[in-house]
Amino acid sequence: MESFQEVSNLETITSVTPALAVVTSLIAAIMILIFRRNPNIRETFSIGAGLVKFGIVCSMIPAIMQGKVVQLDILEFLPGLSIKFSVDAFGLFFGFTSSFLWIFTTLYSIGYMRSLEEHAQTRYFFSFAIAMSSAVGVAFSGNLFTLFIFYEILTVSTYPLVVHEESEEAMSAGRKYLAYLLTAGVFLLFSIATVYYYTGTTDFSFGGILAGKGVPEDLLKLLFITFMIGCTKAAFIPLHSWLPTAMIAPTPVSALLHAVAVVKAGVFTAVRIILYVYGVDLMTNTGLAIPFAYFVSFTIIVGSLFALSQDNLKLRLAYSTVSQLSYIVLGALLLTSSGMIGGIFHIASHAFGKITLFFCAGSIYVASGLKNVSELSGIGRKMPITMISFAIATLTMIGLPPGAGFISKWYLALGTIEANQLVLLFVLLISSILNAAYFLPIVYKAFFEEPNPSNMDGVKEASPFVYIPLLLTAIGSVIIFFYPDYFLQLAKLALGV
Amino acid sequence: MIEELSNHLPILLIVSGLIGAFLTPLIGLIRKELCSFWASFITLIQFFISIILFYQAIQVGRISYWLGGWEPPWGIEYAIDILNSFILVVVSTICLSVAIYGRKSLLKEVPEKEVQLYTLYILLCTGMLGIIITGDVFNLYVFLEISSLAAYALVAVGDRNSLVASFNYMIMGTVSACFILLGIGYLYLMTGTLNMADLSRLLPPLYGRPAILIGLALLIVGLSIKTALFPLHTWLPDAYTHSPSAISALLSGTFTKVGIYVLIRLIYSIFGLEYFLRNVDIFVFISWVASAGIIFGAIMAIAQDDFKRMLAYSSISQIGYIALGISLANNFALAGSLLHIFGHSLMKTGLFMVAGALIYSKGIKRVSQLEGMGNVMPLTMAAFLIGALSMIGIPPTIGFASKYLILLGAVESGEWVFVVVILFSSLLTAVYFWKVFEKVFFGENKWKKGGKEIPLSMLLPTMALAILSLLGGFFAPVLIKVFELWMSGVIPGGV
Repeated sequence: MESFQEVSNLETITSVTPALAVVTSLIAAIMILIFRRNPNIRETFSIGAGLVKFGIVCSMIPAIMQGKVVQLDILEFLPGLSIKFSVDAFGLFFGFTSSFLWIFTTLYSIGYMRSLEEHAQTRYFFSFAIAMSSAVGVAFSGNLFTLFIFYEILTVSTYPLVVHEESEEAMSAGRKYLAYLLTAGVFLLFSIATVYYYTGTTDFSFGGILAGKGVPEDLLKLLFITFMIGCTKAAFIPLHSWLPTAMIAPTPVSALLHAVAVVKAGVFTAVRIILYVYGVDLMTNTGLAIPFAYFVSFTIIVGSLFALSQDNLKLRLAYSTVSQLSYIVLGALLLTSSGMIGGIFHIASHAFGKITLFFCAGSIYVASGLKNVSELSGIGRKMPITMISFAIATLTMIGLPPGAGFISKWYLALGTIEANQLVLLFVLLISSILNAAYFLPIVYKAFFEEPNPSNMDGVKEASPFVYIPLLLTAIGSVIIFFYPDYFLQLAKLALGV
Repeated sequence: MIEELSNHLPILLIVSGLIGAFLTPLIGLIRKELCSFWASFITLIQFFISIILFYQAIQVGRISYWLGGWEPPWGIEYAIDILNSFILVVVSTICLSVAIYGRKSLLKEVPEKEVQLYTLYILLCTGMLGIIITGDVFNLYVFLEISSLAAYALVAVGDRNSLVASFNYMIMGTVSACFILLGIGYLYLMTGTLNMADLSRLLPPLYGRPAILIGLALLIVGLSIKTALFPLHTWLPDAYTHSPSAISALLSGTFTKVGIYVLIRLIYSIFGLEYFLRNVDIFVFISWVASAGIIFGAIMAIAQDDFKRMLAYSSISQIGYIALGISLANNFALAGSLLHIFGHSLMKTGLFMVAGALIYSKGIKRVSQLEGMGNVMPLTMAAFLIGALSMIGIPPTIGFASKYLILLGAVESGEWVFVVVILFSSLLTAVYFWKVFEKVFFGENKWKKGGKEIPLSMLLPTMALAILSLLGGFFAPVLIKVFELWMSGVIPGGV
C-alpha cells in the first residue's frame, strides 16, 4: 500500500471558483423564473449557465492537474464544522463529467420538451438548474457536512421533475422517491453527526478521518451500514426500487439525473466515505471491504437480471444503471490502485454511455411514441442516427472496445486480480455477458428485423435538438476510449498513485 | 436628552407599550383605521429598542436597570443579558411583522373591532416583552397575567367556535397561573426574595430542602401548560385553529416561546444546572415527555385536514424539540434549542400568515381545497414552501441548523433513543407538509387563471419571514457564537 501516501499534504489554493461553479446555475434558476413568460430567453439562460459553469469547472483543471487542491471556506458553523468547498481530482472528475453533460442535456431538453409541448416548462428548467447546482456542490464539497447540504437539496429539487406529469401514478412515484431518499438523508445525517462527535471534524482526507479516534469497532461497522443506507441514491439492491419508479419523469431527467447527477452523487458519496472517511487502512483492518464488495456484486448481477426481464426500454436502462453503479463502488472496495482507478473511471464511462442510451430512448419516444423494446423492430432504418448512437453506447455498457466502458472494466478486472478476489473477477465477466444479453437484442431488432408498419409508418428523426446531443455524447464515449489519459490522470491523482 | 433616554431603554420598552395601549381607544375615536398603524408604530419602537438592548447586552454582558432607582433586591430589577435580549428581539420581530400583516387580515376576519383588537394586541406584546425583560419573579407573574388575559380575549374574537376554545384556554391558563404563583410563593417563603439574581445566590444552600423541590415542580408544571408541552397542550389546537389568523400567527411565534424562555431561565439561571445534576434528575423525565410530544404532535398533524389545526399540532411537535434540547443540557443541544426558538418563530408565524392569506383571498381553510393554489398565489405559496422545508429541516434553512445542533447534542449525551426520535420525526414532518405540497404545486388548478395575490401589506411580512428562515442557516453560526457567550456562564465545562 506504499503507493497511497502523501495525498493529504497537497498544496492548496484558496479561490472562489468552486463557489462560482455552484452559484452559476442558482442564478440561472432565478433568471429562469423571471423570464418565465419568454421561453427563448429562459432557455438562453439555461444554455448560458451550462456553458459558463463548464468553463468555470475547466478553469480549475490546470491547478488540479498539478496536484493542487482548490479550497474555499465559506462559513464556520461550529468549531471544525464548516461549509467548505475543496476541489480535488476526484471531485473535479465528477464535477467535470456532470457539468459537461449538462450542456447537452439542456439542448436535448429544449428539443424534447418543445416537441412534446410539455406543460410547466419553467418549473422543469428551474428545478433542473437547482439540481445541477447541487450535483456540482456535492462534487466540490470539502467535508461531509457540506456534502449533506447539497445532497438534500438534490433530493428536494429533483422531486418536481419526477412528478412532472402530475398524474396519480407520477404523484405516487414521487412519494416513493421521497420516502426512499429523505429516509436515506436521515441515515446520512445520523452518521455525519456521529463522525463529527468522535473526530471533531468531517473534512475529507484520503487516509480517512475515523482511524485512531477511539471509535468502538462495533460502532464503526454500524456506522458503515448507516452510511451506506444514506447512499441510497447509489441504488444498492434492496434499496434500489426508487430508481425504476422515478423513470416516470421526462426522459432528459432520467438521462442526466437518474443516470448521471443524482445516482452518481450517491456513488460519489459512497466512494468518498469508503476512501476519504474510513480510508484504505481502516477498511482493511475492520474487514468491511470484502463483505461489502460481495454485497455490491450481488447488486451487479441481480440488477442485470432484472434488466433482462424488462420490456419497457427506460426501465431496462434503469435496472442496467442499478447494476452499473455498483461497479464503481466495487472498484473502490477492492482497495487496490487498479480497482479504484477503474471504479472512478467508470463514473465517466457509464455517464457518457448511459446518458446516450436515455437520450435515444427519449428520441424514439418523441418520434414514434414507442416505449417498449418489443415494438422497436426495424427502427434503425427509420432513425439511423439515434440507433447508431445507441449501438455505440451499448458497446460502452458491455465493456467492448471502442467504448469507454472497456477501459474501466479492464482496470476493474486488474483490480480484482491484484486483490486476489477471483470470484469478483468472475462476477465482472458474468455481468458483461448479461449486459450483452439485454442490450444486443435491441440493436439486432432495430437494424435486422423488418419494421412493423403499424408502429413505424412516418417515423423519422425528431428535431436536431434531440438527435445532435445524443450523437455527440455517443462520440464522446468513443473519444474517451481513444484518449483516456485525461480521465485516467485525474483518477490517479485522486488516489495519489 | 438622547443620552438620558438611552439609559432608560429597558423601561421605555414597557412604558411605550402601556401608553400605546392606553392611547389606542383615543386614536380610535379619531379614525378607526389609524389603530392598526398605531399598533405597527408601537411595535416598531419596541423592535428597535430590543435590537439596541441586544447589541448592548453582547457588548456589556449584563445590563441591570433599577425601577425608580430602588436597588435590588428591594426594588424591581430589569435584568438584560444575552439570553433574554435575544428572545426580546425574536418576540418583537414577530410582534412587528404580525402587526403589519394584521391590518388587512384582521379587518377581513374580524370587521369593526379594530379599537378593542389593537388595544389588546399592544397589551399582549408588551406583557410578553415584560415577562422576558424582568429580573423579578413576581413582576414576571404580573406580566404573565397581563399578556394571558389579552390573549384569551384575542382568541375569543375568532370564528364561531372560538368562544369555547378561548374558554378552554382560559381555564388551562388560569390553572397554570395558579401553579406558577404558588411556585413563586414557595421560593419566596424559603429565600425571602423575589429577585432572580438574588434567588440564584440564595438557593444553593437550600438545595436539599423539599419545599424548594415543590416550588420547582409547581413552576415547571405551570410553565409547561403555558408552553403547551405535551401532554399539557390540550388548549393549543383549538385556540390556534379558531382564533383570527393574525392572532394564531402571533401566539404561535411568541407566546409559547416566552414560556420556554422562562423555563430556560428557571432551570439554567435561577436554579442552576448543578441543582438538577445533584438533586433531582428531572431532565430524564422532561426529555422523554418531550420526545413523546415530538412524535405525538407530528402524527396528529398528519391526520388533520384543517390547515391551521395541522400547523397547531406541528407546533406541539416543534416545542417538543426545544424542550428536548433544553433537557439534554449540553452546549450543542441548548444552542440548538435557542436557535430553534428563533427559527420556529419565523417559520410557524410565516406559515400561519400563509394560512391567513388563504382565508383572506379564497376563504380556504382545508388542505383538501388547496389544489392548484401554487398558480393562483405563487409568492405566498413560495413562502409556504420555504417555511415548510425549514420545518422539515432541509438545508440550508434555519430549521436544518437548529435540528442539526439538537441532534449533535443528543449524540453527545449518548441518548440514541432521542437521536432516533429527532431523525424519525423530521420524516413525519415531511409527510404532513408534503401532503400540502402535492395539492398546492401539482394539483389540478381548479381556480383557473385570474387568481390574485394577497395585498402587499400582508405579502411583505410573510415573504420577509420566509426569506429570514431560508437565510437563517447562514447567520446561525454568528448566533451560535453569541449563545456561547451566555452558555459559558451556565453550563460548566464550556464547549
